[in-house]
Amino acid sequence: MNKKKSYSPALVSILIGVVLCGLVFGLLFLVRNTLKANDTGIVQMAQTIGRKIVDPYPINPDHIGAVLLSLLGAIMLVVGAALIISGIAKLFEAIAENERNMMSYVPGALMLLCGAVIAYGFAKALLLGVTRFSTEGMYVHLFIDAGILLIIAALLIGMGCSRLVRAQKYNRSVKIYGMPPADVNRSMGLKASNLISGIGIHTLLVIMSVVWLIPFVCIILQSFRVETAMPVGYVLPKTWGFGNYTGLLKTDFPKWYLNTFIMALVVAVLQTIIVLCMSYVLSRFRFKMRKPLMSFMLILGMFPGMLTMIILYRVLKDLGLTQANAVPGLILVYIASSGMGYYVSKGFFDTIPKSLDEAACMDGATKAQVLFRIILPLAKPIVIYTILTAFMAPWGDFVFARYISMNTSAGMNVAVGLNSWLSLDQINSHYTMFCAGGVVVAIPVTILFLCLQRYYVEGVTGGAVKG
Amino acid sequence: MRKYSDVEYLKLSKSKRFLYRFLSFFAGIPGAVWGFIKKIGLAVKGGVSAVGNEFKDVFTTFKNGDWKTRLSYLIMGFGCLARGQILRGLLFLLFEIVFIIYMVVAGAHWLSLLPTLGTKGPSVEYNAVYDQYVTTYNDNSFKILLYGVLTIFFIIAFIYTWRVNVKQNRIAEGILKSGKKLKSGRDDLRSLVDDNFHKTLLALPLTGIIIFTVLPIVFMILVAFTNYDGSHDGYYNNLFTWVGLDNFNTMLSWEAAGGGQSYAATFGEILSWTLIWAFFATFSNYFLGMLVAMMINKKGVYLKKVWRTILVMTIAIPQFISLLYVSKMFAKNGIVNGALLDLNLITKPLPFWEKAGWARVMVILINIWIGIPYLMLIATGILMNIPADLYESAKIDGASGWQQYRKITLPYMLFVTGPYLLTSFTSNMNNFNVIYLLTGGAPTNSAASTAAGSVGYTDLLITWLFKITTGPEAQYYMASVVGIMVFVVVAVISLIVYNLLPSVKNEEDFQ
Repeated sequence: MNKKKSYSPALVSILIGVVLCGLVFGLLFLVRNTLKANDTGIVQMAQTIGRKIVDPYPINPDHIGAVLLSLLGAIMLVVGAALIISGIAKLFEAIAENERNMMSYVPGALMLLCGAVIAYGFAKALLLGVTRFSTEGMYVHLFIDAGILLIIAALLIGMGCSRLVRAQKYNRSVKIYGMPPADVNRSMGLKASNLISGIGIHTLLVIMSVVWLIPFVCIILQSFRVETAMPVGYVLPKTWGFGNYTGLLKTDFPKWYLNTFIMALVVAVLQTIIVLCMSYVLSRFRFKMRKPLMSFMLILGMFPGMLTMIILYRVLKDLGLTQANAVPGLILVYIASSGMGYYVSKGFFDTIPKSLDEAACMDGATKAQVLFRIILPLAKPIVIYTILTAFMAPWGDFVFARYISMNTSAGMNVAVGLNSWLSLDQINSHYTMFCAGGVVVAIPVTILFLCLQRYYVEGVTGGAVKG
Repeated sequence: MRKYSDVEYLKLSKSKRFLYRFLSFFAGIPGAVWGFIKKIGLAVKGGVSAVGNEFKDVFTTFKNGDWKTRLSYLIMGFGCLARGQILRGLLFLLFEIVFIIYMVVAGAHWLSLLPTLGTKGPSVEYNAVYDQYVTTYNDNSFKILLYGVLTIFFIIAFIYTWRVNVKQNRIAEGILKSGKKLKSGRDDLRSLVDDNFHKTLLALPLTGIIIFTVLPIVFMILVAFTNYDGSHDGYYNNLFTWVGLDNFNTMLSWEAAGGGQSYAATFGEILSWTLIWAFFATFSNYFLGMLVAMMINKKGVYLKKVWRTILVMTIAIPQFISLLYVSKMFAKNGIVNGALLDLNLITKPLPFWEKAGWARVMVILINIWIGIPYLMLIATGILMNIPADLYESAKIDGASGWQQYRKITLPYMLFVTGPYLLTSFTSNMNNFNVIYLLTGGAPTNSAASTAAGSVGYTDLLITWLFKITTGPEAQYYMASVVGIMVFVVVAVISLIVYNLLPSVKNEEDFQ
């Protein structure tokens, strides 16, 4: 009988990770507060320590020493990285051969350790060289150390979690089937080359994620900055506060938000109905005008939509649906031409077998019943996709919304309104408010999107394949 | 040039094969163009003969029909009413009455003014009753053109309905002759949710498209042949008139008119940048997105969902927030320059948006940031559909990872996403958001400014169109000429590529 796996190592690993995280953050805050209290003292201390460790040269920002130091740091960094990789490879070979003798793990582990120490030390040397021993350089050091510790903590937590999941899977399998799950030992068969490529891919993915998230992190940080409303060259606010968010309430922002929300809701409903009608017909019915209709719409789609802006504005103006009344006017514009965007959902309808319709028709169902009773329930993903995209469009629409609201604040949507805060005469007093507004707009839309992400993927994939 | 047979082709060396393929592609162009012209010719011929048949049919129906049919030529729906199809008959009749009333009350007026677009502008006169100056608006060219087009649409709809009415009579006669019963109004209503369900469903969307897309586009095409601009649209002067092909001549002439560079030169500059941009934007996203998808989907990569979710953030967050913020990040006093200055990596701010080359590279790079996630999602779905045994057998034959990609993944992807590549190329050509929100066309290219206003180095045709429209001169006629040019470019590219694609030949194949 297989015995149960214990959860405690996994839990300990997670615990250590969390404690480490807490410590790092605590220390960072401590340092920050001390810095604030005694701005020069500790920095100078840190500076002199830093210089004593690595700098044998007199302090001169443009001194050749700094350059040499960074060069040396860079070369040694590569050496360190190579050591790390070969160390890991050695370790893994040992693991792959299921070595019982602990001594065979030692060379690999030693190499790994040496590599890590060298890489760390000289990375900091490189940094010191690059930053020319400036005060800011010290901050950077602090953050890099904190970052490394955080990564270690994250690794620990991640390892603990995956161990926890594996142990739980294992235990459940043992409990139900009386044997361990089939894939329990699979990860042992990895080769060193796989590992290296794995490390490479993960590093790349981490870098990409950071690049992808930086703007969003920055915008959130800046939205909490209250010391000045201008665009500035630093990220971390000097004074934190909710001032920008409360300030939003005093502007026209709630009105814009409401406008956009109403538009998004109405457009989501009506546009979905129209698009579904269109795509269902073009996918399921074969009538004389079908092909000409489709090519006609293809040709129409080749005209830039912006061309119609001038006349639509004039017509809507005659109807009294511009400026302050832009909301109904914009809704009209959005939904009226939405039939042209039938491609994605037509592609999806095409994949639902026609034999289903035919069977239902044999049983005496009308075409309308076929649509409502058979196709629509099966087309749930594409319905949700259509609703989602239709709901998101008004939040980002800029061109038509700007032209039709024509500088009238009451009729703007968030995109036009917030953009007006970035104009030359307003940017210095409203920039941080723009950030706050952006966050307030992005949060609900993003959450909605991420919740329904699965359907979006289905829609996008299907649409691209079908053209 | 000589055509090789398959055996001969295989005997050639690799470089010669490439040369052969390259040359034969260009040698094939005249044939393809000729084929296309022939196709158009056939289509025209088919159209003419179809119209001829319609006339013949109308004539023979009149000749062979009974008095009810003949009377319906004048009074629409009479035949239906007389044969007991009350609902249909009433609808036809109603339509005719509405049409006649409209034409008498308004339509004829607008149509009669259409050739001149109005001659009497607004006049200001002293009105003794109100004791002030009162402006009287007489003709309004905009309204004349708009309602004129609308009236023509209405007339076309009427002719179509009239034709349907005639056809209905002929069919009804045939049915009665063969001794069957005609459909009642109730049958007609029921067929709207059954056999004719598509008509019910299409009614609303098509009405919307005709009113809000077709009508405006026809209107704007017509504007290209007028002198409609900001100075012909206002309180003092709301008359404009037909100018024939003058605007197209201006657009295509190399002589500078009214200050600034000639339109043709500016158009050429902007068009070439638009094409370069569309090329890089499409293919950088395509290949990098595919690469990222392959990385994330690789066996043994942890946290697949997390990476995917982080990347799709750029889709989820409205572009005006992310793009505007990123454009401010790279501004002269933005975060990026601030950080680089703090690190002493640079001594003065980098000119991200100030220099033409920098700005162009930056918009392409930032477009990658925005665009990769879409491609990643699409490629993920498609890559999962590639049969795994293809890779397994390739591995057994000793194919390296690169070879597998080159011989299996890439051809499959290209085949399946061919149409998508085309549409994304054309939509990138019209990618207003990225350019407008990031640079607004900056940096300004003062040498290329035309009479219609200034242009920038990153301006696409579509942002140029926007600038002309909203510029101080508001040269709507030039904007619509540019719009038509955009259409021509997109249509030509689409036609060429569409005919080269293997996967668009048969739509029904997928079903």
